[in-house]
This record gives sequence, structure tokens and C-alpha cells, in this order.
Amino acid sequence: MTLLLDVQNLWVRFPTRSGIFEAVRGVSFELGKERLGIVGESGSGKTMTGRAVLRLIRPPGQVTADRMSLDGTELLTLPERDMRKMRGQRISMIMQDPKFSLNPVMTIGQQMVEAYRVNRAVGRAEAMQKSLDMLRAVSIRDPERVLRAYPHEMSGGMGQRIMIAMMLIPDPDILIADEPTSALDVSVQGQVLTIMDDLVRQRGMGLIFISHDLNLVAQFCDRVLIMYAGRVVETCKASDLHDAGHPYTRGLLNSLPQLDRPAKRLEALQRDPAWADAPGDGAAL
Amino acid sequence: MTALALSGLNVWFGDGPARVDAVRNASFTVAKGESFGLVGESGSGKSTILRALTGLAPSWSGAMSVNGKTLGHRRDRDFFKTVQMVFQDPYAALHPRHTVDQVLSETLKLHGFRDTETRILSLLDGVGLGPAFRFRYPHQLSGGQRQRVAIARALAPEPAILLLDEPTSALDVSVQAEILNLLMDLRDEHKLTFLMVSHNLAVVAHMCERIAVMQNGEIVEIMPVEAMRSMQVTHRYTADLLNDSINYVRSSPVDPSPSVERVDPD
Repeated sequence: MTLLLDVQNLWVRFPTRSGIFEAVRGVSFELGKERLGIVGESGSGKTMTGRAVLRLIRPPGQVTADRMSLDGTELLTLPERDMRKMRGQRISMIMQDPKFSLNPVMTIGQQMVEAYRVNRAVGRAEAMQKSLDMLRAVSIRDPERVLRAYPHEMSGGMGQRIMIAMMLIPDPDILIADEPTSALDVSVQGQVLTIMDDLVRQRGMGLIFISHDLNLVAQFCDRVLIMYAGRVVETCKASDLHDAGHPYTRGLLNSLPQLDRPAKRLEALQRDPAWADAPGDGAAL
Repeated sequence: MTALALSGLNVWFGDGPARVDAVRNASFTVAKGESFGLVGESGSGKSTILRALTGLAPSWSGAMSVNGKTLGHRRDRDFFKTVQMVFQDPYAALHPRHTVDQVLSETLKLHGFRDTETRILSLLDGVGLGPAFRFRYPHQLSGGQRQRVAIARALAPEPAILLLDEPTSALDVSVQAEILNLLMDLRDEHKLTFLMVSHNLAVVAHMCERIAVMQNGEIVEIMPVEAMRSMQVTHRYTADLLNDSINYVRSSPVDPSPSVERVDPD
């Protein structure tokens, strides 16, 4: 397996009035051409891990790592100028909610063309054509009309597909998807996942899929990292997720209501303070 | 005994060519002490039914009744003493500059209770928050704690019917389990009737005895939860919805013209 992204001992810290808050504490993982899921509750540091890879943590937040390299290029020491070229072209990120990620006063077409021309020196007509092709690739009907429309005229599912199309135009090596489907209905969610899955397979991309939905990750990803309090508490093959050993993972799985297995009461997660202190075993992949 | 009855309910927004029929000819009844679920995609009109019941959707026709009493276009204080609602987003439902104490005491005063002191303490205790939370602001609470405060506020007038609009969709699965358990306990304790809206079929199946499936503003099927669990559904849309919520990833290649594609005006 070719190694695309190599992250070793990543820390994200935020200084606050009451001391330094550590959002990510020594996370290590490697990513090849595969679908890697990161799951955990809110506040477990999964989004911060994704943002740190793109160097999107703003001061006063601090990011340190022993190594964070893409194809051998160290990202942490890269000048901001070169990093900007990495974003979009080599690594793309799909944010959680299309309503907050698209500019409400620009048409979809203007935004897509702008995003493309920031990365490539091409003419407006060519960028427009490429945008149309990408909208078709994410199975949007009538893409000409969509290009002229504003974000508020789109439903959530369409907005999310437009975001995916926008991120895929520069043909990145790695796609980071931060809860791309949690704002969507189940039927639309299936469509969006199928599109992402096909694109990952066809283009041989590496995908980091951040989600809190364990069942979804178990079905969709190849490998899963489970995060708790900024650490990776367990990594396993996605197909083995339901046999996971860590009590935190077990607790999360048991707290889900099951359609086929009725229960009188749901199991509430009993937290053990030791989970937060346990050494992350993220290196042992 | 019937707690809630809807027959031939239509709800619409706007006039003339801009008119949107959000709910069309919806009829169902909820018995006292029963939990009734409404499921469907966003835009199918499930939340609109709750809003019409509480008087938040002004243009409607048809008949609605609560405990046998027919509802007009205005709601009186008695109505709000009987029916209370818990909203979807606990981050938006609480006033950011009011403490928990202010939130609860205002509600209690509005409903004419004198002994607010003891009631606030027992309400907080009832939703699993100690007295330490009484003088906190919403930003000092987690999402699950905020939803507990919102539930305490809904319980303040001692209602018989709770309308739940996606009460856990903004919460983590572990917190969702705690809130669902709390709602079940409160239901047993106060003999409450639930009308619950959710797009998560597993959550609705866990909470409710009967479930109505909505599509494009219409109720396409009403079934007992056992039928849903065993996949014995009659309507094709229900079958699709069930299948989608169990199998996220379809093995078939991308269909170039998906059948469910709409442009919503919102």
C-alpha cells in the first residue's frame, strides 16, 4: 500500500485563561489509498485532527507533531505560500454543513469557477466547463441551472454534493470529509456516500471520513480510529468494529437503539477516567 | 381515551402561486399514555404538524382536538398547561443570557405557580441535574445538559402531552441514550403522552408504539412498531426508508438520474 499521509504524535493545544487545553494529544496514523474513518463524541478531537492536517488551526492554537508529511513533504514547516498550494490541490476538506461553507451571495457557478482558478491558470470558459462536468459526476441533474443558482435555492443534499464537486475539481490526493452526511436525510445520505465511494475507488484517493455514526463508518470505511478525549483509544478494521474490544467503543455501540433488537432501556455510557490517560496506540497500525 | 386527534388536517404557507402545501389531509389519533412517532425526510411535513398543534402555523384547515376539546385558531393558557413542546436544537432553544433559574421561574410564574423555589429544585432533580446547575447560563452547560433543562422547562406546567421535535438529533449517541432513557422514565412517572418527530427510525422504534410515515406532506402509512421492526410494511416508500436507514452504502453504481432529487426553496 502506498503511503500518502504520515502523521506521528500530533498535538493541538489552545491556551486558555485556566491553563492550556489539549484538544488532540499525541495522535499518530498513516493513510494510504483507503477509506479511514475517525469516530468519537463531540469534543474528542476528531475535527481538530482533520483541520490540523490542513494547517487550518489559527493562533493562538498550537500544532506540534514529530512528523506530518504528505508524500515525503513535511507539512508543518512548509511556508504558508506553499501550504496554500497544498490545500485544495493535494488535500481537500468537505466541511460539515454546506449552509455555512458556501458563500450565500455568490452563485454556485461563480464559487466553483473561483475555486478552480485559484488553483489552476485556466480561462473562465474552461473552468465553467470543468464545473459542469464535476456537477454531473456527483449526479446533479440540470447542472447548467444549478451553476446559475444561489446556495439558498439548494436543498441540503444538493448543497453537500456541490461541496464535494468543488473539492474534487483540482483532483486531490487526499479528501478529508468532516461529517459530510450528518445534516442529511437517510435517503440523500446514501446517495452522497455512494458518490464519494465511487470517486475514491476510481481516482485512487485517500479518504479521511470523520463521523460520529458508528454504524455508518463500519459499513463505509476500511479502517477506523476511535478517539476519546484527544487520543486514539483503539484502531481496528471497519468490518471488525462490532467486535471492538475497548470499553469506550463497546459503550458507544451499546448506546445505539437497534431497529431489529428492541431494548427496554438503552445502555448509558459509563465513563472511566483511565481511558483519557491510556497511551494512544495509534502507532500500532 | 384519546389525548390527541387530528382529522383531515391541511397546513399551508403562502398564497396564490407561492402557496406550499406542507401537510395534506393528515389524520391520526393518539391515545392517553401512548407514544406516537412521525417519521419522514426533511420537508415531509412532520414538524409542521407539531407546529400546527401548538398554534405556530397560522394557516390550517381540518380538525384538531386535545383531550376531546376541539382547537380553534387561538390557544388559551389551558392548552399550554396540557401540551408542551421540546425543540430540536438545545443550543438555540434556551435564552443565552438567562440562567437556568430564570428560564424555569419565568415559565412557572406564567403558569401561575407560587411555590417556584421548591418546584425549580424538584424539576432539576427530575431531569437528573442537581441544584448546582440552577444558576448556570446555557453556555456553561453541555448539549445534553441543555436538553435536560429544555425538558425541565416543558415539564414545569405539569403537562399531560409532550410534543418532541427531534429531541436528540443534535446530540452524541452516548448522550442520546441518556436523554431517551430520561424521557422514558418521565413518561412512566408522569403518565405522559408523547408525540415524537424524528428522522431516525431506530430512535422512533425505541420510543413509540405506533408510527406514521410521511412523504411530501401526506401520511402514507400508520403501523405498529412491531410491523416496522419485522419489516412488514405495505407502502413502498416505507420499505425504501427502512432499507436506507439500515444499508447506508449501496453496492450498485451511481445512477445518473436519481429518483429522489428535488430543489427545496428553503
